[in-house]
Amino acid sequence: MELSGAEITIQALIDEGVEYVFGYPGGAVLHIYDALSKREDQIKHILVRHEQAATHAADGYARATGRVGVCLVTSGPGATNAVTGIATAYMDSIPMVVLTGQVPTPVIGSDAFQEVDTVGITRPCVKHNFLVKDVKDLAVTIRKAFHIASSGRPGPVVVDIPKDVTDPNIRIPYAYPREVSMRSYSPAQRGHQGQIRKAVEKMLAARRPVIYTGGGVVLGEASASLVDLVRSLGFPITSTLMGLGAYPMSDRQFLGMLGMHGTYEANMAMHETDCLVAIGARFDDRVTGKIEHFCPHAEIIHVDVDPASISKTVRVDVPIVGPVQSVLQDMLSILKELGGKPDQTALDAWWRQIDEWRGMDCLRYDRGSGLIKPQFAVETLHKVTNGELYLTSDVGQHQMFAAQFYPFDKPRRWINSGGLGTMGFGLPAAMGVQLAFPDAQVACISGEASILMCIQEMATCKQYDLPIKVILLNNGYMGMVRQWQEFFYDSRYAHSYVDALPDFVALSNSFGHVGMRVEKPDELEGAMQEAFALKDRFVFLDVIVDPTENVYPMVAAGKGHHEMQLPPTMSDRELA
Amino acid sequence: MRHILSMLVENESGALSRIAGLFSARGYNIESLTVAPTDDPSLSRMTLVTCGNDDIVEQIKKQLNKLIDVVKLQDLADSEHTEREMMLIKLKAGRQDREELKRLTEIFRAKIIDVTEISYVVELTGASRKLDAFIQAVPEGLITEVVRSGAIGISRGDKGLTL
Repeated sequence: MELSGAEITIQALIDEGVEYVFGYPGGAVLHIYDALSKREDQIKHILVRHEQAATHAADGYARATGRVGVCLVTSGPGATNAVTGIATAYMDSIPMVVLTGQVPTPVIGSDAFQEVDTVGITRPCVKHNFLVKDVKDLAVTIRKAFHIASSGRPGPVVVDIPKDVTDPNIRIPYAYPREVSMRSYSPAQRGHQGQIRKAVEKMLAARRPVIYTGGGVVLGEASASLVDLVRSLGFPITSTLMGLGAYPMSDRQFLGMLGMHGTYEANMAMHETDCLVAIGARFDDRVTGKIEHFCPHAEIIHVDVDPASISKTVRVDVPIVGPVQSVLQDMLSILKELGGKPDQTALDAWWRQIDEWRGMDCLRYDRGSGLIKPQFAVETLHKVTNGELYLTSDVGQHQMFAAQFYPFDKPRRWINSGGLGTMGFGLPAAMGVQLAFPDAQVACISGEASILMCIQEMATCKQYDLPIKVILLNNGYMGMVRQWQEFFYDSRYAHSYVDALPDFVALSNSFGHVGMRVEKPDELEGAMQEAFALKDRFVFLDVIVDPTENVYPMVAAGKGHHEMQLPPTMSDRELA
Repeated sequence: MRHILSMLVENESGALSRIAGLFSARGYNIESLTVAPTDDPSLSRMTLVTCGNDDIVEQIKKQLNKLIDVVKLQDLADSEHTEREMMLIKLKAGRQDREELKRLTEIFRAKIIDVTEISYVVELTGASRKLDAFIQAVPEGLITEVVRSGAIGISRGDKGLTL
């Protein structure tokens, strides 16, 4: 079979089993688009309205399915627009392949029209990138890109393809390589058995253990093993923002999220634990708070597929490099073999202490308010959707409220930009999720500031009839910025008030969608039911919420877990 | 502490900038960096001198190993090794200084490789500290120009940094 470079590009994607390509055409990728148009029975293209959205949509698809998300964008501005989405995927270790057009090889370096050094610009925010200079290298490079993106610690890979490499008149024999071997790339396949045994022994000897999990458990498809381990040990478990849902959040052993906006019980347990078991988490500064105060009494066990994550910010006592799923399986079989049980008396005392912390009810808020509280909005969303949503999020207060008040019981249901904190992520990510699961309920929780960053994608949603529900917690402010300004800048609200907002209902209508607005707490549930009852329609629900509400608890930057700020409704007596 | 990191890297365009970019992006120090082809045309040998406490150097090595272009890495500080650096140094050699500079060159077992009526170019090879010492020893005001290759190193014994 002889194919042109453009045809090879498309055939390689088909051979990879790619279902959707998210993209936007332009000069340097016209040959590829021409080849694509002849194969749309086998691979579907989703035309976004901005390349950033292409990357977020592919990212959302990847987070929801575990498969590699794929984008196709043109050179120059096409590539630079994609950078935010590439960096977003990089920070959260999301498998993604981004094909970028490039100017023809003879003019590379001449400042040609729509030329940028894409490989140079994306280098710090990709797992790896390639510039394909010869059509003979194209198929194997695409195979390598998928292999790198999806193995080990996943991440985005950029393949930059100059236009002459896709020339329809140059045809070469095509065979897609099934396997690639790369002498300098061999991710860990299994953890060190001696280290795993040591870890299990320490866990059995612990008196105040805590399991702390992150996005690695979701990425590593290790939820079921995690549940087995946690249940068999009877240990408390907490999770980072990225790991929510890997362990059922409504389960009694789950302490809630930890870190800056984590629960009192989770953060206090971190502070008092004598044995911390970190699984697929990377000790991010939003989790640890001040490093000097982090888990001061604990021996730390850390399981991660990436050796560079181990002892990067916090020094660990038992490092285990390996895929989370295989390490958890090994832990379970060693536990079985040893036949040992944790010290039940110590564990009972530890749970009593935790239940006392739980009694603080650190997430409570004013339920009697005449205004819609954002917390109440999320709780109502949970009730109306029976906790079954795929929920994407933008970045800010609404994201934290969702993480605190929507208990996810399954992995891959909570889809948000944790590491980079990219406003504008939520709506395009929801497109990727809805395409992956056409019959599932998909919603995007957002704020009026975030949503405007990728609002143009309402047109894409119309074109492909994506029945996403946008739940907008509209407080008129960049809420998280406003909160920091209230706490740390004496309430000087420098440019955090979002003046001149559009009428979101009219805006949604103009895109051909249903728009609704709700302002009273007692009308909220009905409005949400109405929105979700419109199964085939994109619905934009503009929820006007209390503009002064803050996210609590809060561990301020540079503080320790035990120095949390709790909601003001609690009296000082209760705090002591 | 100073570490000499020896690496075999894919002989591909972009490998150098990936490594240099890693250091600038993560705020690590590079004291010197040299790169040249090896006997295997698909590989370059890169020698990078850096400094930092043990935690930082450990993290540098892990991050370098993660780069797909880095095929193999060895920290020469982990074992006995030999280190060499070359320096060419241009000195003002007027009549009154010529004899002293010549003596200095002999003491350091350096070579004068270019002479004019008013200048010498001296070639000197050795560990980086020896080169530093020579610069220190030159009387003040006589140095016109210094060019150093950056350190290279190799481990002692029969084991080599090979694939």
